[in-house]
Amino acid sequence: MASVGKIARRTFLIGAAAIAGGVAIGYYYYRKPYPNPLEGELAEGEATFNPYVKVASDNTITVIAPRAEMGQGVSTSLAALVAEELDVGLDRIKVEHGPAAYAYYNSEMLAEGGPFAFYNDGLFAETARGAMGALGKILGFQGTGGSSSIRDGFDKMRQAGAATRHVLVEAAAKKLGVPASELETADATITHKASGKSLTYGEVAVAAAQIEPPAMLKLREKAEWKLLGKPQMRTDMLAKVTGAPIFGVDVTLPDMLHGTVKMSPRFWSKPVKSDLSKAEKMPGVIKIVPLDTTYGHGFGVIAENTWAAFKAADAIEVEWADAEYPADSAAISRALTDALATQGSALRDDGNVDTAFADAPREKIVEADYAVPYLAHACMEPMNATARLKDGVLDIWSPNQMPTITRQLCAGAAGIEQDKVNVHTTFLGGGFGRRGEMDFSIYAALLAKEAGGKPVKVIWTREEDTRHDVYRPAAAGKFQARLGDDGLPVAIDMKIASPSIIASVLRRTFPSLSPVGPDKTIAEGSFDQPYVVPNYRVAAIPAQISVPVGFWRSVGNSYNGFFHEAFMDEIATAGKTDPVELRRKLMTTHPTALKVVEKVAEMSKWGETLPAGKAKGFAFTLSFGSWVGEVVQVADTPAGIRIEKVWIAADVGTAIDPGIIEAQLVSGAIYGLSAAMGQEITFADGMVEQSNFHDFDAMRIFQCPTFEVAILENAKKMGGVGEVATPPAIPALANAVFALTGKRIRSLPLSKEVSFA
Amino acid sequence: MSKCTKRKLRGRLWTTTKGIPMHLIVDGKPIDIEADPEMPLLWALRDLAGKTGPKFGCGIAACGACTVHMDGTPVRSCILPLREVQGEITTIEGISTDGKLHPVQQAWLEEQVAQCGYCQAGQIMSAVALLDEIDNPSDEDIDNAMGGNLCRCGTYPRIRAAIKKAAALKTAGI
Ligand code: FES
Ligand code: FES
Repeated sequence: MASVGKIARRTFLIGAAAIAGGVAIGYYYYRKPYPNPLEGELAEGEATFNPYVKVASDNTITVIAPRAEMGQGVSTSLAALVAEELDVGLDRIKVEHGPAAYAYYNSEMLAEGGPFAFYNDGLFAETARGAMGALGKILGFQGTGGSSSIRDGFDKMRQAGAATRHVLVEAAAKKLGVPASELETADATITHKASGKSLTYGEVAVAAAQIEPPAMLKLREKAEWKLLGKPQMRTDMLAKVTGAPIFGVDVTLPDMLHGTVKMSPRFWSKPVKSDLSKAEKMPGVIKIVPLDTTYGHGFGVIAENTWAAFKAADAIEVEWADAEYPADSAAISRALTDALATQGSALRDDGNVDTAFADAPREKIVEADYAVPYLAHACMEPMNATARLKDGVLDIWSPNQMPTITRQLCAGAAGIEQDKVNVHTTFLGGGFGRRGEMDFSIYAALLAKEAGGKPVKVIWTREEDTRHDVYRPAAAGKFQARLGDDGLPVAIDMKIASPSIIASVLRRTFPSLSPVGPDKTIAEGSFDQPYVVPNYRVAAIPAQISVPVGFWRSVGNSYNGFFHEAFMDEIATAGKTDPVELRRKLMTTHPTALKVVEKVAEMSKWGETLPAGKAKGFAFTLSFGSWVGEVVQVADTPAGIRIEKVWIAADVGTAIDPGIIEAQLVSGAIYGLSAAMGQEITFADGMVEQSNFHDFDAMRIFQCPTFEVAILENAKKMGGVGEVATPPAIPALANAVFALTGKRIRSLPLSKEVSFA
Repeated sequence: MSKCTKRKLRGRLWTTTKGIPMHLIVDGKPIDIEADPEMPLLWALRDLAGKTGPKFGCGIAACGACTVHMDGTPVRSCILPLREVQGEITTIEGISTDGKLHPVQQAWLEEQVAQCGYCQAGQIMSAVALLDEIDNPSDEDIDNAMGGNLCRCGTYPRIRAAIKKAAALKTAGI
């Protein structure tokens, strides 16, 4: 323990020096924490310089973007960071996910895991961030999530590009017999202007790989950027418009078998009685395999084709044990309400809330109870993975967000050492947090054990996917405010109860560990918002309901954004303050937030009178380091409420690719609006009631509003983009519906009370 | 599938593992497979014919990811049993000619539509069929033709823009 602490502290100091001194340090060279995983897999004539770059003698340049490409454009932006320093165009670069390796640790993803608001840069918060980040490094935690990839890769990837360029130039200087300072680089070619001689990167790659790069390289200033800060053509676009076989479900191998799973519809329950005989006799069926894992119990089917596997899974007759958790939605919401009656941990506690409420006159108090349901991720590509266990080596092709943990748990499932497992990360047909789980990979590994050395591609049905998710937790909140004579809040008291995601994740991945400290995801989006109210308390209460819950695009912010911002709207209404004006008054100490609010108000012409039958709603959420304000305009139509237009202003600090950022902001908002309009996962008899897109749908093109997006760069620190537009979209819509109909809907989805066109 | 094969299928009990021989024309090429005539076209294409372009999303005609054309008409291959296949099948892998992208694909590329990309094979096939029928689709035409194609990444605004661009490219003969 002591040594971990020491390393963490040392690493933190390095990070701090880098920030304070304004120079970036070549983290990888400086500490070389892990071996370069590419060294073992080079092709003839190919050279590698660090875990991120390979150059072949024919001048093919491969960049390893070790974060899962699930639509967010991360492969393009990570490659652009390298390309910027390496002086090559993106069109020249081949981008790969690379192997599972500790070298690809993500420190940023864990760094924001502590219970601190993003703008809190006090010594304690910063120290904890450094230590958490270092933990990511020590654990070799390779993950994609928390909107962290670009923040994590910003220096690492540029350093990799700069260092590669440096050694290539050195090697060329030697070969040409000229000083390195006289050489120029462009388009993967090194030129000596004076003599007119030139060499391609490929021609000097092997020699360059022998040269040790310096520990520190100066990176280019923002003003010098050629690629960064400008929209790039996505490197994965051609494959995606031609139907190329890039996804997990597309994996095709010689002698491949097919499979699927049928897991208990009651989580954690085992089969009490089962009859496999009918299924086993069906044409095309090879084997039915019982599955017992930390994720759940059930059966896997190995068959000659997917359809035969689906039919056989259907024909398995099982009686499952009862559920260990409250068996229906009513009982679950009672458990949440009961939890709200307890204390919880105050993640924010400014002033003295109890005193402030003690003598409050009744008419100055605003009170409200809020609730949200469980939600499925509903990735477009159903869960799947392909595995082969042959000669003691497990190869697993998996569209996943967590390669190193996948490797670890699949090794356990197959009963072999981790170094005998190769994880091949395919493209992901949507992730949204769902693919940070290991179940689909573990099931494939277990079926591969029974397949006699042949690969098995295991695809879930949509029904299985919908009913065996790790859901966005259901949550309930109790909110109170005391208004002053000016209508502004003098005191706010918020209590949020929800099952703990961290506890749920540990149970299924590392059951021997127990969670420590409060789970900040329960109240993130409520306790960490840039408002100043003299007495302001936000408490998180873990509710003991063991339905599996997990990371769903924007995590706790997805419901706290709704709770906090819809309640702020209630405060504005009760205090007769305009909602935007309320923010102007409460955010004065956060100029970044204020500018976002002003921008989106200006874009949407907030305050201008609208024709009858139209209305607007406003909301703001700071999440994953980005400051986002949204305005939604709705219209009353004979067919129901129509979402006409959405304005988004987002301050991301530094915008690496405005085209991709815009796409992500729109995508995130649509994801949130889809949930707000009509999504819910409900329970009966311990089982999820929804099963497919007919009862768990999402926004369709004919419901889609138009968007106007502004990207701001006033914030000091860089923020994420993949999730940040989801949280404010939901309350902005709810607040617009209130403005239109006078109905304050405090429980999602809104379709329980109004209908949408 | 030809009429004659279809007649042969009728009244025959399917009991073998392999199924019965069938003949399809996919992306202009003949393909012979052996399968249960009840198997949906999607799985025959993906697992037996090596055509992984069409995707599996729902299996109940609710998402459009599996959209292919049968004699030019968009169909959801996930619910179309092989015994009902009549006519030539075109998938996303068969719409570009001589290495040149179809105008719809070109427009998709220029508008940078795809995010995860999983729904896009189906989206593109629906859009190709729409533009084959209507040269210059209105927003309402687009809503009607594309409403069955779900995109969880929310690429709808760019899909709409790309369809309009594709219409322009087609008119210009590109
Ligand atoms: S897979 Fe066919 S419509 Fe969804
Ligand atoms: S691009 Fe991901 S589902 Fe459409």
